[in-house]
Amino acid sequence: MTTTRGVGSAESAAIAQLSEMARRIRVEVIRTVNHAQVGHIGGPLSAADILAALYFRVLRIRPNESDWPDRDRFILSKGHSSLVQYAAMALRGYFPVDELRTFDALGSRLQGHPDMRLLPGIDMSTGSLGMGLSAGLGMALGARFAQRDVRAFVLLGDGECQEGQVWEAAFVAARYGLDNLIAIVDHNKLQQYGWPGNTSEIRLPPEEPGELVAKWGAFGWRVLETDGHDMPAVVASLEGAAERTGRPTVVVAHTVKGRGVSFMEGDYRWHSKPIKPEEFAAAMSELGEAEA
Amino acid sequence: MSLPMGRAMREVFGETVAELADHDPRIVMLDGDLGSSTKADIFEHAHRDRFLQMGIAEQNMIGVAAGLATMGLMPFISTFVSFAVVRPLDQVRVLIAQTGLNVKLTAGYAGLFTGMAGKTHHIVDDISIMRAMPGMVTVSPADDVETAQVIRWAATYDGPVYVRIVRDATQRLFDDDYAFRFGQAVEVRGGGDLTLIGTGAQTPRLVDAAELLAADGIDAAVLHLPTLKPLDVAAIVAAAERTGRLVSVEEHTVIGGLGGAVAEVLAEHRPTPLRRIGLQDTYTVSAPNDVLLDLYGLSAARVADQVRAMQWPAS
Repeated sequence: MTTTRGVGSAESAAIAQLSEMARRIRVEVIRTVNHAQVGHIGGPLSAADILAALYFRVLRIRPNESDWPDRDRFILSKGHSSLVQYAAMALRGYFPVDELRTFDALGSRLQGHPDMRLLPGIDMSTGSLGMGLSAGLGMALGARFAQRDVRAFVLLGDGECQEGQVWEAAFVAARYGLDNLIAIVDHNKLQQYGWPGNTSEIRLPPEEPGELVAKWGAFGWRVLETDGHDMPAVVASLEGAAERTGRPTVVVAHTVKGRGVSFMEGDYRWHSKPIKPEEFAAAMSELGEAEA
Repeated sequence: MSLPMGRAMREVFGETVAELADHDPRIVMLDGDLGSSTKADIFEHAHRDRFLQMGIAEQNMIGVAAGLATMGLMPFISTFVSFAVVRPLDQVRVLIAQTGLNVKLTAGYAGLFTGMAGKTHHIVDDISIMRAMPGMVTVSPADDVETAQVIRWAATYDGPVYVRIVRDATQRLFDDDYAFRFGQAVEVRGGGDLTLIGTGAQTPRLVDAAELLAADGIDAAVLHLPTLKPLDVAAIVAAAERTGRLVSVEEHTVIGGLGGAVAEVLAEHRPTPLRRIGLQDTYTVSAPNDVLLDLYGLSAARVADQVRAMQWPAS
């Protein structure tokens, strides 16, 4: 009982640390967009908890040996959310946090979309939607050939799941029974502009409720659902997804676009836009940073 | 008089990749459900464990190849040109050309020989598209001998390579002692009046055309360009200097392909009269191979006819 409680408190401390990393990731995303006055916001914020769990807990990686052959692979298929990956990588020690301020500047390794040829630690270049899962499939298959215990994690957007290539990959991955391939869908219920509702202000979500779960299941995948902002649940689902079951697994993570900054949450217009000074100050304040 | 027939490039492709894989464990073959047509099935029979059926899902196949390449494997992709170049074009661009990954795009059914499949399967602009793509190497061998060498060379090259492979048996241009050199043109026939420039299976037909022209007292050289990118600029300029008149001939649209490439070189380096024979901004029809070659002016006889009729500025 004492032992259990000890483990439990160690685990809750670890979870608290992951939540703090997610907060810091959000702060760095907002700071970077504020500095560059360009970049996506809504998608990076919805994925921040997932990225924190991956980079600080789930992924077997060596930031100082980014080409370690036995590392887990991570592909940000929703490449326009590059800032969330850059922030996570910087905080994890792949490069100095200050380098985030070079984002989108001439000569920067931090391109608008992740570029594997420029930034060590990026396992696949992305940016044109729908492509990452196929590359992850190839990595998972390559690991099988090499008999390496390597998992490939691929983060997709829910809007991105409208791309046909996602379902080509889903079909083929199930066909090969690739249980070292893990897809994660950042199901934040909004895409850049979206489907018109009753008024032009109302934008309908990319999919109907339950649609993604049904579709991935129909394609032969093991489907896990989680609250994408509840850190213990995120960790449990990602670690559960990596269990070898003979089938690929998808984690459908229910998230909120713009999560962490109240006036950005659930508003499609914060998909990508510059931040005004008063908005930046309010966002920093909400995220618990003193600076303005 | 006419060059002899060689073996079908597609069979040599399947055999050569299989032979390479005997000694190179990095090689895997990805098939888009056309292995019995492209002859990737020869590879499957030799290396069943390294033959990856990707189904009728070509966009995914390109991405899988990119992922495999990051794991140290050397994927050869096999499908028709239509489904290797045009259908998954953005995947080729983003995942292979922009990454520079070691993927071989070895596409079958290049040109008009598609078993009479017609315009959907005749990709008339793949050279234009692929040579315009930064980071992509484009090679179009002339015959079975050169195809084997190009495939072997591609396996030594670290990066993306696009190879155009013809379905049916075509004429043999080269002896067994021929040596393909990446990026280099080959003068396969000397001549002083004009130079016929070809690529792929069109070049052997130009050698025959030159024979027909010789009977009429026209002394035509034939320059073969197996590598369309990078282009052998020096060889094109030298041909322009030697003969003063050039005729490009391609089983492909004249816009942006071989003729377009030659025109770019001449305009910048040595303005010289050029005529471009090939598909004139048109889609094509289903018909037997020899009918198609005559219809589109690509058979030796039709090329010779067109050259005889050409009006050139006084030199």
